[in-house]
Parts: sequence; C-alpha cells; structure tokens
Amino acid sequence: MGLLDKEFGTSNVVVTTLENMLNWARLSSIWQMHFGLACCAIEMMAASASHYDFDRFGVIPRATPRQADVMIVSGTVTLKMASRIKRLYDQMCEPRYVISMGSCSNCGGPYWEHGYHVLKGVDRVIPVDVYVPGCPPRPEALMEGLIKLQEKIRGASLVKKTA
Amino acid sequence: MPETLTSPLRTSTGRKVRKDEMILNMGPQHPSTHGVLRLELVVDGEIVVDVIPHIGYLHRCFEKHAEHMTNYQQVIPYCDRMDYIASMNMDWAYALAVEKLLGLQIPERVEYIRVIMGELQRIASHLIAIGTYGLDIGAFTPFLYCFRDRERILDLFETTCGARLLYNYIWVGGLSHDLPPGFIDKAKAFCKYFRPNIKELNDLLTFNEIFIKRTAHIGILPAETAVAYACSGPMLRGSGVDWDLRRDDPYSIYSRFEWTPQIGRGEVGTLGDCWDRYMVRVREMEQSLNIIEQALEQIPEGDVQSAVPRRIRPNAGDVYVRSESPRGEIGFYVISDGSATPYRVKGRAPAFVNLSVCPEICKGYMIADVVAVVGSIDIVLGEVDR
Amino acid sequence: MTPLEISEKLKAKFGDRILEAKIEGAIDPFVKIAVPAVAEAALFLRDDADLAFDYLMCLSGVDYTKGVLGVVYHLCSMTKRHKITLKAEIPATAPEIPSVTTVWPAAGWHEREAYDMFGIVFTGHPELRRILLPDDYPGHPLRKDFKVPEFYQGMKIPY
Repeated sequence: MGLLDKEFGTSNVVVTTLENMLNWARLSSIWQMHFGLACCAIEMMAASASHYDFDRFGVIPRATPRQADVMIVSGTVTLKMASRIKRLYDQMCEPRYVISMGSCSNCGGPYWEHGYHVLKGVDRVIPVDVYVPGCPPRPEALMEGLIKLQEKIRGASLVKKTA
Repeated sequence: MPETLTSPLRTSTGRKVRKDEMILNMGPQHPSTHGVLRLELVVDGEIVVDVIPHIGYLHRCFEKHAEHMTNYQQVIPYCDRMDYIASMNMDWAYALAVEKLLGLQIPERVEYIRVIMGELQRIASHLIAIGTYGLDIGAFTPFLYCFRDRERILDLFETTCGARLLYNYIWVGGLSHDLPPGFIDKAKAFCKYFRPNIKELNDLLTFNEIFIKRTAHIGILPAETAVAYACSGPMLRGSGVDWDLRRDDPYSIYSRFEWTPQIGRGEVGTLGDCWDRYMVRVREMEQSLNIIEQALEQIPEGDVQSAVPRRIRPNAGDVYVRSESPRGEIGFYVISDGSATPYRVKGRAPAFVNLSVCPEICKGYMIADVVAVVGSIDIVLGEVDR
Repeated sequence: MTPLEISEKLKAKFGDRILEAKIEGAIDPFVKIAVPAVAEAALFLRDDADLAFDYLMCLSGVDYTKGVLGVVYHLCSMTKRHKITLKAEIPATAPEIPSVTTVWPAAGWHEREAYDMFGIVFTGHPELRRILLPDDYPGHPLRKDFKVPEFYQGMKIPY
C-alpha cells in the first residue's frame, strides 16, 4: 500500500514522487479493450458484470484500441486471427499491457497437440505481461491477474522503458 | 452494371461495387459482433447493399482432435468448447450420438438430471443472448440483471460438477457426478426466484419503445427461406414455423413433461423479424422453468455411473443424432470403424447454419440494423468455427 | 414412409445409379448413389410429393482412405417426418461432385466447409472458396494424410 492509499489524518497535503503518483493514477484506471475471442470472453464479461464487478478497480471496457490501456486476450488465438491481434496491439498507445487469459492464449490450451490452426500461445506474436491460468479462469482468477498487473505498474519507472 | 458506374474497388471476394458505394469492414474485433466475426458490408450511404460474412477466426480443429483422442469420452471436453455458452447441451448431443451407436440404455435418474441440466443451461444461454442483445441495442441495465440471474444458475452447476462454464459433466452412458445433497431444494428455490424476473425483464426491455423501434420490422426472415436455409431453433420458430426437436424428433424423456414450443406471432411488427426471435427466447425461458419444476418433482433414485461403459468400442457404422440446443439443431455425425477412437466426428452447429442466412436478411436495412440482426441470430463463434 | 419405401422409390426412379441401399443392419439407413446422379436425385427428393425432403440437416465430407473421399447428406422432411441419409463416393485424385445449393440453399456453407477441409470440388457452387481456414493455408486438414506445416506466415504452428 502506498502513501497515496492511506487516509489523511491531520493535514491533507501529500508529498510524493512524480513516478509514484503517475503509477498510482495509471493502475487505478486501467481501461481494457473489448477483446473476447472464445469461452474466456464469457468469464471476462461475467467479471465485468455486477457479481464480480470489475468497475470498482477502475476497469471499464472500451471498444477501440486507441483508448485502451490493457488488452485482455481471452480465448484461443488462431493463425487467421494472429495478424489482427498484432495490428490491434500496434494500435494501442503506450503504456500498454497485455493480460493473457486462459490456457489457450497462454500456451495453446487443450488444442496444443493437433491444432493445425491454433497459435500455441499469444506470446508468439505480442509481448505478454501477465498470464492467468485456467480453462476458463474464474472471474476471481482474472481479478488476481489484474491485481498482479497493478503491482507491476506500481513498480514501473519513468526512466526505464518497459512495454 | 454499366462501366461508368463501376468503381475500381472490389470486395475480398471479387464482387464489383458501384462508384457511390463503400466497402466497410465490421470486425473481427468489434463490440457488437458477439465474438470474432468479420462482416464485410457494401453500403450505399447508410443502407446496406450486401453483407459478406467471413468466419474461421476461431477455427480450433475440433474434428481433428476428435479423430486423435484415445477414446470416445475424451472428445466431450472439446464438445463443451464448441458452444461454450450451452456446454451441457453440446455434451448431451454428443453423448446421445455415441449412445445410439452403442445401443446403450440410460438409467432413469440420469435422464431426469440431464433434462434438468439441459433446461437450466437453456435459461442461462438465453439470459446471455438477451443481455448481450440489449447491450448491442444500447441498453446496459438488462445485461447486468441477466448476468445476476445467470450467476444463480452457475452456482447450481458449480455445486454439482465444480465448473462454471465448461462442465465435462454429461458422459457417454451417464454423468460424471451425482447431484449433491440440497440441489433439488436449491433448484426449486431458483425457479421460484426467477419466474417474476422474467416479467421484470419484459418491463425493462421487451416492451420498451426504443427496443421495439430498433427490432420490429427488421431482419424479416420468411418461413420458406428459413426452411430452405435449414435454420433451426428460435430463428426458425420466430418465423412462425412450429418445429421443436424436443417434441417433433423426440429424444430422452421430453415426452413426459407438459410444455409448449413457442413460436413467433408477429405481434409487434412483422412475423419473422428480430423482435419475434427475441420474444421466442424470452418465452422459452418460462417453458424451461415448467419443465425443470416437473422434472424435479418426478426425479427417481439411482446410480448415475452404472451405465457408463468401461471401454467404448462401437461396431463399425455411422449415426447422425440431433437435439435442441438453445441456438437450434445441434447434430453430431459420428463414424466408427470398430476401434476405440472415433473415425470421424462432424459437429453440425446451429449457429453456423443460421448465420448463412444473414446476407439474405440484412439487405436493404441500415448499418445499425445489421447489429440488431446479427444479435437476433444469436451466434456463438465457437460452434460456428469449431 | 419407411426407409425401405424411400429406397424402393429411389431405386425405381434411378435404377442402377443407386449403388447400395443399406436398410436392415444399419443404425441409420442409407442409400449410396452414383456421383453424376446427385443433382437429379436432390431435386427428386425435394420435389416429389411423397418424399418432400425440404430440410437438409447436415452435409459432411469424409475421407474413407485408400484414395476415396465421400460426401454424406442427411435429409429430413418437416411435413412427412421421415429421414434418409444419402452417400456418394468420389476418387481423391479427381474429387468433383455436383453441388446441391440450387436445391437446398443450406448446402452453401456446408459445401464450402467440405471443400476447405477435404478439397472436394462442388461443381456449380456459386462461390466455392475456403470458409474456415485462411485462403493461403497449405493443404486440406481433415484428410487422413495431412501433415501439419511447420510455419505459416512466419508463425510456428507445432507446439
């Protein structure tokens, strides 16, 4: 928990580094890109719905990659789709992150052995920040993946370039 | 068309377009295409002249995997992932096909539980269809209400087999787990809780004037076209054709229950429009509740694993068995060559066939109406592409 | 009509172009028909008043190995409530068969999929091109002798 997450006692003036403040702002409002491919997309929708609310983390779905911070690749990545994923990733503005949700986008999933049209893991075309295992991962698992991403952003540096 | 009017542009299929027409691309990443569907629209201003659907962005080689599995039971998780919103019905359809090949007799308790799970899954699937349809049209609240109710159903599934979405529950010859203690009371409580929610949904969305303006008289599918294109499920019934496989090509024990297939009547708009298809789904949820309540009363005791075969080695032959999934007719054509591995498994997916009629019913409407039509077809790309 | 009556009617009309009719001893009775007669048989099955097969449930391609491919048609009649299976076999070296899209428009996408997966060419199909796989994918995957390519557009396919 950082300085900015504590409640203010006597005074309401906070002094912190620019890096801390920027990282805090970025991780508190990670806008995800609508990118449901397959079954994991349903769990992602369930995570955004009211039972496992995603909105309380500041995550809202945006349709266009230009306005999104994170692309949650949920579902199987096929060869036909891979070039489009690369193009969408290139269209996102930095700092941009990728959460690979589910076995299929982690490593090919149940289709690893005989899938002649399945890309064995989305990290063969784009760099991935967080892998969430499961087939499909429960919405709570996706949330843990999101919190891990938040921890990663918290430790990001303005000087050292990341993704 | 005369050369002066033809533009040098072509669609990806080589179709010519006029100089005053545009080629627009919808998808494969699009908030309203329900997955990775790409629609190539040829538009004259805002009016759609032609729609060319491109699918295959989720082709996951289901049939190849089925041929390489070491036994017939191992294909069931792949059937789950075909139509991931209605996994119980997919497992059931495949299990029915293999059981017909083997000539298995299924215990009574297994049949009743399969019916209960199948109908609960139908309600859950229709809730997603209705919720996301409202979301496409622009109504956010019904989406949240539908998902809230769906979570109650997923809780029931989770207590039974441990999974929320892809169950691997209905096996060839039986089920993977018996019902846990307390399931029947919880299911009865759910039915009692959910029935008034359908009325709430109707107040929110179905008879909402904006929703009616967006969906009535749109995407009209005549009954002859529907039959010629082999549409099934709410797509076919929304056009007024009284055809439901649970009654007309009966399987399992559906003949023991009292319920009515719902068909579109053209009450608000033309017969066969988007509103009719949507309304068929809403009314079907109520009928499913009736079936579930009757099944819960009549369910007998028994062992759900007693008929599951130790080894599945059917005689050489082939069989096509179809059943009614929430989207329509799901059929599995299974060819056996006498060994423990299937020789060929073809999944006939309802959404694949229903989507082929999309170009016919989208012409002449506006771009926003294409969204309404595609939503009313209720596609799931997992089964379209398999 | 029973499957036996349906096959008798087909035999009466098509004679020796019906290669085989297995009614007893088959879980799903089927009629095997010679390839050139497929289009005529489709029209007859749909338009005849007693048969009235207006609904094409499923159209599948099959690889029977030993150089034989096949197409299987599953038909049903919504008015008469009967079903029949029609089979046709084609050589893998020249896999051509008439298309039935003019009879049942539902066959349009099914035939494209059979072309995509097996390489079966349906003559007379309005737009026969790949449907599930990319247009430049090498090979027809559901054939039994298919080898998975190593790379596709720079991406490694095997695990």
